[in-house]
Amino acid sequence: MTGVGGLLGRLARWEVLLAVFLVVLIAIGAAVSPVFLSGRNFANLIAAVIEVAIMSLPMALIIIAGEIDLSVESMVGLAAAILGALYSAGVPLPVAIVAVMIVGGLGGLLNGVLVTRVGLPSLVVTLGTLALYRGLALVVLESRGVSNFPSWFTGFGFGTVPGLPIPWPFTIYLVLAVVLGIVLHRTWIGRQLYAMGKNQSAARFSGIRVARVKLRLFVLSGVVAALAGVILVARMSSARADVGSGLTLVVITIVLLGGVDIFGGRGTIPGVVLAFFTLAVMGNVLRLTNVSSDIQSIAVGLLLIVSVVIPTLARRVKSAIDRAQGNRNRPTPTVGGPSEVVAS
Amino acid sequence: MARATAVVATPADGPLTRLLGAAARQRELSLVVILVAMIGLVALQAPQILSSDNLTDVSVLAAVIAVAAIGEAMVVITRNVDLSVEATMGLVAFAVAGVLSNGILPIPLAMLFGVGLGLVLGMANGVIVAVFHVPSIVATLGTLSIYRGIDFLIAGGKQVTATQLPAGYTAIARATVLGIPVFVLVAVAIAVGFAAILRMTTFGRSVYAVGSNPEGAAILGIRAGMVTFVVFSICGLLGGIAGVMWGILFGTINATSATGVTLQVIAAVVVGGVNIFGGSGTVIGAALGALFLTFIGNALILVRLSQFWLQALYGLVILIAVALDAVLVRQFQRSVSGRRAP
Repeated sequence: MTGVGGLLGRLARWEVLLAVFLVVLIAIGAAVSPVFLSGRNFANLIAAVIEVAIMSLPMALIIIAGEIDLSVESMVGLAAAILGALYSAGVPLPVAIVAVMIVGGLGGLLNGVLVTRVGLPSLVVTLGTLALYRGLALVVLESRGVSNFPSWFTGFGFGTVPGLPIPWPFTIYLVLAVVLGIVLHRTWIGRQLYAMGKNQSAARFSGIRVARVKLRLFVLSGVVAALAGVILVARMSSARADVGSGLTLVVITIVLLGGVDIFGGRGTIPGVVLAFFTLAVMGNVLRLTNVSSDIQSIAVGLLLIVSVVIPTLARRVKSAIDRAQGNRNRPTPTVGGPSEVVAS
Repeated sequence: MARATAVVATPADGPLTRLLGAAARQRELSLVVILVAMIGLVALQAPQILSSDNLTDVSVLAAVIAVAAIGEAMVVITRNVDLSVEATMGLVAFAVAGVLSNGILPIPLAMLFGVGLGLVLGMANGVIVAVFHVPSIVATLGTLSIYRGIDFLIAGGKQVTATQLPAGYTAIARATVLGIPVFVLVAVAIAVGFAAILRMTTFGRSVYAVGSNPEGAAILGIRAGMVTFVVFSICGLLGGIAGVMWGILFGTINATSATGVTLQVIAAVVVGGVNIFGGSGTVIGAALGALFLTFIGNALILVRLSQFWLQALYGLVILIAVALDAVLVRQFQRSVSGRRAP
């Protein structure tokens, strides 16, 4: 009873709670606004936060592996700035996009090398590159704005898949979520991530090439952040160096709200996906009900703290109950069968 | 064993490494040396960096960041972090400005109210971290959102301008005692006071103990939860003081005031030699880190390098400082393992 079933129950609990909360939010939204359940509104609520959604997926893997990447919002800005600078210099847009993705990979590589080869803490390294990449973005584009992007590009940003209320960038999110979800939950790579997040030395001694895997995670994070920057430019149909400021906090909020442990070793992609929808719907409901958007920031903060407090309290209550039961079972420890060993 | 030998034999143990190690070990001293050298170099091209007006401007701004950095340093020494400090500063600055512009409280009481508000916000952080065992990075990420949200809620898109404030209030930023700005005196007093507390009191020692070895500290009977709570409360208190100073210095305050300051504060702490994993570092170092970073920003403007480079340079300084720390730690471990080798 308390064996595998209990373990599964514990893992599933937060995701279930999140799903229930999401359903309640949707019910409230449907009740207060007739347009809430329309396809157009769905497309709007997704599009408004698609960049953070995309970045939350690699961030989840990085945090599960026991690291963090604070520099993603600046990589969004750097990608936007370089895209704008190249395009205004006459470089064909597809070439510029490829170049920007390469820059994203290089930025991630720098983070990864400093963390895994030089051995610096990722919190400080990416705090440094958070400032560095934003600074480079400002150096590249200064305070200029670049617009006049071709319509196929901006159409990708805010257009939807023909006949469906799904913004084009959302398809990228779906593909990324499925691929990374399978990698994390169904392959040996995923098991390596959990192992190094739980205990890095143990992972290394059991033959996992921790440094190499983490390096690749940081590169992935950089490339995806650059992609998010490209999407943001397409959606806004303008490129500026200051875009993306403050997004890192939202990205990390989604990941943690999704049940990923900030210390690594625990978390799921479905949880992170649920957390994204919860935040997106919450923002949308608050907007539709004309509640001041300032409340949203407070609600997100509270949700973030509560998302950690509730599982912790639940675990404490559960261990207290277990202890009470264990005390009752204790009088006959020597004759106790395997079931009682499990119970204690 | 082969591993240990390999580590001892690395060629990195050259004179440069030893110099870097020595520099990192005396972080406060080396920061002062680098700072003086930098100011000297800049003065060759832009002598106005040494003008009394410029020195006053820089030191007053540095004092605000330094006060916040001292609180942050104590939090980081206990192996925690407070990301909400900029929201605390912003909320306090707006609350005090709002109270003053409506004439609800006289200036001294309004400032006291601001500092008290900061303390309450810090205590809330402390309760969330110490009582509910929420990791500090998550807790203060949450309160960063919450405090800023409250700021937006009460500000409602309005701003308080300097003209709406009593004249005596914003004048404090330019006030001097014996030629030294009051802000600088406040920052120095706070730095010296907390340096003394950390060095000489039981509480001070327990701050380092909790940060360097939580389990060991528990065995010694140190109540880690209590120490964590007190440290977050102090950080909030100092954030409140820094917020009041921010309001005085800039005069015009809106809901987004002090956005992005957390990065500067943590950069000052890291540059000042506080180990991000806790257990070591000094508040004097953090204050000097704030002074150093503010002077870099000032020097950039004076040598007419594009202001856009400032942010990039900040990032580089953080990376260099933390790399220096890593060299030091490795050198220390090498010397320890070298002595242990048969």
